[in-house]
Amino acid sequence: MNKTNAFLTGNAVTCGYANGPDILHNCTIEANTGEITAIVGPNGAGKSTAMKCLFGMLNLRQGYVRLDGEDINDLSPQDRVAKGMGFVPQTANIFYSLTVLENLEMGAFIRRDDFTETMNQVFELFPILNEKKSQVAGELSGGQRQQVAIARALMTEPKVLMLDEPTAGVSPIVMEDIFSRLIEVAKTGILVLIVEQNARQALEIADKGYVLVQGRNEHTGRGKDLLADKEVRKSFLGG
Amino acid sequence: MEILNAIVAFLNFVFIPAISYGSQLALGALGVTLVYGILRFSNFAHGDTMAFGTMVTILVTWSLQSHGINFGLLPTALIALPVGILGCVVFLLLTDHSVYKFYRRKKAKPVILVIVSMGVMFIMNGLVRMIIGPGEQRFADGERFIISARQFRELTGLTEGLAFRTSQGITILTALTIVVLLFWFLTKTRTGKSMRAFSDNEDLALLSGINPDRVVLYTWLLVGALATVAGVLYGLDKSFKPFIYFQLLLPIFAAAVVGGLGNPIGAIAGGYLVALSEVMITYAWKKVAGYILPFWEPKGLIQLLSTDYKFAISFAILIIVLLFRPTGLFKGKAF
Repeated sequence: MNKTNAFLTGNAVTCGYANGPDILHNCTIEANTGEITAIVGPNGAGKSTAMKCLFGMLNLRQGYVRLDGEDINDLSPQDRVAKGMGFVPQTANIFYSLTVLENLEMGAFIRRDDFTETMNQVFELFPILNEKKSQVAGELSGGQRQQVAIARALMTEPKVLMLDEPTAGVSPIVMEDIFSRLIEVAKTGILVLIVEQNARQALEIADKGYVLVQGRNEHTGRGKDLLADKEVRKSFLGG
Repeated sequence: MEILNAIVAFLNFVFIPAISYGSQLALGALGVTLVYGILRFSNFAHGDTMAFGTMVTILVTWSLQSHGINFGLLPTALIALPVGILGCVVFLLLTDHSVYKFYRRKKAKPVILVIVSMGVMFIMNGLVRMIIGPGEQRFADGERFIISARQFRELTGLTEGLAFRTSQGITILTALTIVVLLFWFLTKTRTGKSMRAFSDNEDLALLSGINPDRVVLYTWLLVGALATVAGVLYGLDKSFKPFIYFQLLLPIFAAAVVGGLGNPIGAIAGGYLVALSEVMITYAWKKVAGYILPFWEPKGLIQLLSTDYKFAISFAILIIVLLFRPTGLFKGKAF
């Protein structure tokens, strides 16, 4: 793994909440453009915390975050959005009372140019949203809402798309569906970084996987290799 | 004929006054509901905000009148209204800058902001009474009636007269226009949508690059305009008195809560519901009943409640709604 080549790097990151103890210890995450990178691990391993650190929602105590070679430690999440990072939170990730179309428009709020083209691309990726574009987003099914959430984040044409447990609380079929869309998103040349509870399925689609345990890098490797790794299987994937 | 007279009496004494009063309450409740939905607190200073805007309008009206300027058949206050709105908005922005902003930065709980707004209420109230005095002011001029009771009787030959005052006509027309404009703004413009998004999900709005300071600014602009228009219309229809405006807070909050706090459609429906209830319960139905049931000779006036107790109705509605449907008729906290 070449450290300098990764598009998004969180290097030797240590951080925690407010005045609380450190959650992440010297943790390194590197992700490449056009690939899916998955962060998996047991509950409380600091997966979501790692993502919040990368997105600037938590201040780093040590280490640095780089985007395309540029140090972005001091940027707020909003500034990171402007830099080309998109984030899909785990919960409350859509505007429930707005229509699907309005959700997408709000996703493109920072853009002053014509975003019809992006909207068409997004509708191509999520045809169901085109059908339901004038429906209020809160009335959609769980899977469709998740699609709205991802579509909203794609409206800025981000270079990096980060998703915090995109399949939490959806049925296995919907999960498959969401994962296959993420593969398509990655194919368009976007860096996709996901945090996942469903470790096995996530590693299956991931180009690269990070297994975190208690805030530390425990295993790192290609998704397929991690799946095949005996120790990883035994400790996290149930044999 | 008797039925027609009954209908005319009902329209004259109940329906038209209630719709007119309801429009004023609806505009007031819209302001309350916007602050609640977007700035996330119950603004107890809203009644006095209305008083402040109205006061500025009245002062400008007097100044115009002293220069011999009037609006012909329409009240001069309508010319002064834009200045009143401007004055009110400037005052609100100053208040926000010197008071609310501090608590917003500290991410104060809504209940703290409610108490803060009470402080603002007392200051606004005192300021208004110092500037224009605590007494009653009448500032309506121009033609008083669109159609007077006598004209109506001569026109139709009915025993009952139907009076339609200019202030009532203006109130209903203005309220309608403002509501249409507001909804157009909230659903069709980029800024309006961003305000709804901010109200729906503040964190996600920030992630989408929506500037919270802009949202707050636009909210106060709308609130100032709505409050001033509501206050001026109420003042034209009845009269201006600072203490009465402070008391309007109750029916206005009842209206906003009935409809569902944070929901503009609810605020409008709530305004009319509260107004109709208030007028219908305090109206002496003897006359209308006399036309419909001529054989029945009631002992009293068939008035459920004396007008002195009209605030009890707002209270009762508030309590019933909070007990049985706390989110209001329309789902609150969502545009």
